[in-house]
Amino acid sequence: MKFENERKQILRMSGVDPKKCMKCGKCSASCPSYDEMEYHPHQFVYMVDKGDIGPLLESESLYKCLSCFACIERCPRGVEPAKLVEAVRLLAVRKQGQNHMTADDVPGMLDEELPQQAIVSAFRKYTK
Amino acid sequence: MQRIGVFVCHCGTNIAGTVDVVAVADALRLEPGVVVSEEYQYMCSEAGQNKIKDAIKANGLTGIVVCSCSPRMHEATFRKTAAAAGINPYMVEIANIREQVSWIHKDKAEGTEKAIILGRAAIAKVHLNAPLHAGESPVTKRALVIGGGIAGIQTALDIAEAGFPVDIVEKNPTIGGKMTQIDKTFPTLDCAACILTPKMVDCAQNENIRIFAYSEVEAVSGFVGNFTAKIRKKARYVDEVKCTGCGLCTEKCPQKKIPNEFNLGMDNRRAVYIPFAQAVPKIATIDAEHCTMLKTGKCGVCSKVCTAGAIDYKQTDTIIEEQYGAIVVATGYNPINLDKFDEFAYSQSPDVVTSLEFERLTNAAGPTAGTLLRPSDGKHPHTLVFVQCVGSRCDAGAEKGKQYCSKICCMYTAKHAMLVREKYPDTEVYVFYIDVRTPGKNFDEFYRRAVEEYGVHYIKGMVGKVVPEADGTLTVQASDLIANEQLKISADMVVLAAAIEPDKSARPLATMLTASMDTNDFFTEAHPKLRPVESPTAGIFLSGACQGPKDIPETVSQASAAAAKVIGLLAKNSLKGNPCVASSNEAMCNGCSSCERVCPYGAISYEDKEFRMPDRTTQIRRVASVNPAVCQGCGACTVACPSGAMDLRGFTNRQIMAEVDAICR
Repeated sequence: MKFENERKQILRMSGVDPKKCMKCGKCSASCPSYDEMEYHPHQFVYMVDKGDIGPLLESESLYKCLSCFACIERCPRGVEPAKLVEAVRLLAVRKQGQNHMTADDVPGMLDEELPQQAIVSAFRKYTK
Repeated sequence: MQRIGVFVCHCGTNIAGTVDVVAVADALRLEPGVVVSEEYQYMCSEAGQNKIKDAIKANGLTGIVVCSCSPRMHEATFRKTAAAAGINPYMVEIANIREQVSWIHKDKAEGTEKAIILGRAAIAKVHLNAPLHAGESPVTKRALVIGGGIAGIQTALDIAEAGFPVDIVEKNPTIGGKMTQIDKTFPTLDCAACILTPKMVDCAQNENIRIFAYSEVEAVSGFVGNFTAKIRKKARYVDEVKCTGCGLCTEKCPQKKIPNEFNLGMDNRRAVYIPFAQAVPKIATIDAEHCTMLKTGKCGVCSKVCTAGAIDYKQTDTIIEEQYGAIVVATGYNPINLDKFDEFAYSQSPDVVTSLEFERLTNAAGPTAGTLLRPSDGKHPHTLVFVQCVGSRCDAGAEKGKQYCSKICCMYTAKHAMLVREKYPDTEVYVFYIDVRTPGKNFDEFYRRAVEEYGVHYIKGMVGKVVPEADGTLTVQASDLIANEQLKISADMVVLAAAIEPDKSARPLATMLTASMDTNDFFTEAHPKLRPVESPTAGIFLSGACQGPKDIPETVSQASAAAAKVIGLLAKNSLKGNPCVASSNEAMCNGCSSCERVCPYGAISYEDKEFRMPDRTTQIRRVASVNPAVCQGCGACTVACPSGAMDLRGFTNRQIMAEVDAICR
């Protein structure tokens, strides 16, 4: 498998076992940024499991996840898709050797329309 | 010294493929006490058994070792063979060289060595075997059925039909159970009440059946064939003999606002009530919690209107004690509580209902007289969303829900969806599913009809959340996995297929009966395939959903199967026990009660016994005694006993140590 190392790394970082997934789609049904994402939470689980990681590493979806954890809360199988998205994102960040932005850039991008959840999770994501 | 015969089976190539059977027979021939050692292709065949019989007669054998498959498979066969040749059946030992050797090893030399070692252990045990004789106990020819749903009803009817008296104990005021609340039954769509109520009437009219409704089993003692049960008949405050079931009291009672359990709280009943028109027994019951007369002593309306003079405010609970030969558990199931599933807004909106509530909303005897109306405003709903697997198939580590598939939801949801489309063609019906599971006769055809003929929208995906909107609609956010889309449906009603779980009364009942349960509180069967309607505790039988989720056809089959087993037991005049039971050496017993505490069957009791002591004195000591009819020979007590006084016949500590020594030699 081409991305076998990456797959193992993602599973180790996230602690997620995608084999537990029963493909019900409740994660994607719960996701508030579903329409923003090219790959949806259930696809993350399926693609990581298959080792189809290349497209995920390239995808904007990594930065569209709000880290609201609705998918983790609602998953009947305890799969925790958001942790998987986070792990793929970390892998992308580490691969490139730099982040797209830092926490300091966040205040400059704020506008009144932005949901509070997004601000909190932006800090959560980029203060690393 | 025993004269032992060793018989090594090839089991075709099952054993001979991995074990050098000739070498095993040759090696075991050299063991002390072994007079003959032979091998044969199939020891269990008639020719093989004759070989054993001939060897017993020719050599005057006193003990037999068969090196073959698991004792679970053929121990009984070879015991019969030995008995036919005139030696005690408990002088036979099996060395399992198939499941424990040939099937799990690949190397022939290693396999052969292990087979020889297991053979030696069996020989060492036979040297210490003693003939055992099973005791007999009489059988009380009466059965107790706990639970009066369709499972209990069917079991009771079948037992009664065979001529044995049966008592049904039902905790509700009427028998009938969940099936009385169901509207139609899949896959034939006949009305549940139309097929159930005649059976309820049959129960009431059958001479062999007594119904103890509004009663609960309080205590059970005894053992197979000889159980004693205490049944608490709760006070109804209505004389069962005098009440004619006219229902006048239930119309005149001024307490009108009590949530009606039968309609799952969706309408009200009075403080004196008959659950539904076809109740059996059709007797009014006063709900003591809500009756003004019983609470304050002021009212008495029901007593004034009752022309039969049946109302009795002074009635008290009564305890009935009865003997039974067999007990059938038929305690059934309930939908789980959905309070923890906030995402579906079940506790926020009255328009989000469970499937059982939906049954009442479409039932002619329900709160809406069978017209499907939205509970919040009584309007006709146009868009309905059904959600499957609510609380079923959850992860073991999840905070809510059950791990198992509830089995019945796929089919009843297809039924609901189909019936809605048939009665109200102006509706749009969506069913969100993970998998549609329809293994059953005519089940898949039924589900396909819902899709193909009735135009129900089946969508592969799950509902993520349900949001009650200000305009009274429900926004359902869900995924359509095949279209790879997130849907937002504006619905009028949402129906949740809640997981089912065993009734809460099952756990304390299992403790009372010393019957085992699994982690979900379903009763465990004696063997999942070959003894599915018996509990591992002798004399306890399982009927219906108390053993696992089941639909009506399966429940009825299992109920009849349980009845057949009960009839088989009650037809006997006495029972032969298992002689491999525990016994206590009274001289060594120190009366510590360790064995009594670990015994899962309640077979051990203590008694004060007088013992002769030196110098013509006597001493009274407390010692354990085992009831051999109750003991199942599990051996827990022999391990718990600190003084080594407990021993298991047929598996004595000495025998087991001899086996271990032979293995370690």
